[in-house]
Amino acid sequence: MADLLIHQLLIPIVYIVAIVLPLVIAVAMFVYWERKVIGWMHVRLGPNTIGPFGLLQAFADVVKLLIKEVILPTNANRFLYYMAPLLALIPALAAWAVVPFSSRMVLSNANAGVLYLLAMTSLGVYGIILAGWASNSRYALLGAMRSAAQVISYELAMGLCLVCVLVLAGSLNLSDIVNAQAGSKGLFDWFWLPLLPVFVIYFISGVAETNRAPFDVAEGESEIVAGFHVEYSGSAFAIFFLAEYANMILVSFLASILFMGGWLSPLQGWIHIDAPGWINWIWTGGFIWLFIKAFLFAFMFLWFRATFPRYRYDQIMRLGWKVLIPIAIVWVLVAGCLKYFGWVVTGTGG
Amino acid sequence: MNPQLFQLICFYGFGFVTVAAALAVITLRNTVHAVLALVLTFFSTACLWMLAEAEFLALALIVVYVGAVMVLFLFVVMMLDIDQEKMREGFVKFLPVGLIVAVVMLVEMLGLIGVRAMHAQFMGANPAAAAGVSNTAWLGRALYTQYLLPFEIAALILTVGVVAAVALTLRQRTDARHESASQQVSVNPRDRVRIVKMAAERPAEPSPVPPQESQP
Repeated sequence: MADLLIHQLLIPIVYIVAIVLPLVIAVAMFVYWERKVIGWMHVRLGPNTIGPFGLLQAFADVVKLLIKEVILPTNANRFLYYMAPLLALIPALAAWAVVPFSSRMVLSNANAGVLYLLAMTSLGVYGIILAGWASNSRYALLGAMRSAAQVISYELAMGLCLVCVLVLAGSLNLSDIVNAQAGSKGLFDWFWLPLLPVFVIYFISGVAETNRAPFDVAEGESEIVAGFHVEYSGSAFAIFFLAEYANMILVSFLASILFMGGWLSPLQGWIHIDAPGWINWIWTGGFIWLFIKAFLFAFMFLWFRATFPRYRYDQIMRLGWKVLIPIAIVWVLVAGCLKYFGWVVTGTGG
Repeated sequence: MNPQLFQLICFYGFGFVTVAAALAVITLRNTVHAVLALVLTFFSTACLWMLAEAEFLALALIVVYVGAVMVLFLFVVMMLDIDQEKMREGFVKFLPVGLIVAVVMLVEMLGLIGVRAMHAQFMGANPAAAAGVSNTAWLGRALYTQYLLPFEIAALILTVGVVAAVALTLRQRTDARHESASQQVSVNPRDRVRIVKMAAERPAEPSPVPPQESQP
């Protein structure tokens, strides 16, 4: 009984905390990094007052938000108003269960990992819709409508991109997908090369799914103030913020895992030197490579935000339905041919 | 506590939530709450299927029904401006009819289950486990090899349905003004903006007395 309790309950909880706690800290640092990077791109300094280089700015903001009052708008639906932030946060955190950090570091090595990810990301939209509806505000409802339509549309393109990856890897398991990208040709063994258009589409849909610039019509400060979370304050707003940034980091990790070889090294198969473990990871691969790749993708989110003007709503829909989805459908066929005729050999390495 | 007992407890837990949520769907007065209860019903059904090791079905149920269909449902219900007071009227009046329909359906279902039970063949071992692959992989193989033709026919029927739905709702308005993205993209900037070359500085005007302010 005690043995079962430890193995079934205590150890998983320790693992979950070991993922969620660094994730929350990563979100805080990512917010700081975003403000800093956008500041540099605007030729400003960004946060520089609190802590060394302004490093503690994000934590100061969190404390400020937590001690603020959560205001319930008049005639708002009390239960759903307080539920909505949780409904946004829970799927955003739950999706991390299947993310493999290295060949041995994964919380749940589920067989249907990709399906699970699709299921969790599609659940996140409920938080947004319910927040918009429960706040009893026009702006919030408009933001929720835009956001939900956008998320559903881009989920299709994203799903088709995942299908291409599955066809090549022959598995729904994320660790198997990474292993299928192993080989002796370095970074040219990864799926970004045979699936280049799909890789681009995946990342665009990922940006659109997380409602980030240039697809942030759901927030659209100039038109609908702040969209679905306009009525939220204090810790409830902080939870929405946390969910959005956790999702951004998740999309960055997934783009690295699905197309850029996950924890594999870009030098795989080129260098064969027996070195101690703390150098060896540079060519045999390790979680540091995954973090570097994910960091680059996360940086691109910020870069986009500082570079592109916001899309108009109908142009977002046009891009999703008339451009991305047709290309993705064609590439599903191409991926089938690549696999069937053996033009792409997967998983030749260790 | 052995694993079987734990599984049984989980089954009853999920089953209880499923039934309670399904009851809530038809008893809750607030329509948005009712839709959310339906979402919970789907979700706990998916959990039940997961217990039965039908992981693909469970996740597909969440992706398709919870993630897409119910979101659209929720939209429609939110947009409806329903008078809640009116919805509460006539609950007692329609209760007998509803009960009769429910009882008839229950009897029919029990009869069906009874007939099936009499012809019951015990299900063999889990074919996926026997083949040594995951449920998803086994389902994919079965669908794309053994049942390829029915699967393709189902896909064809769905496509026809999509085409029919689009054809029914497609109305081309002739008086609406459209903008064509391809035309917009292929616009030549020179047609829109004329760039004039100018000297960076104005030529110095010969003024005998420089103004006082400009001196440092």
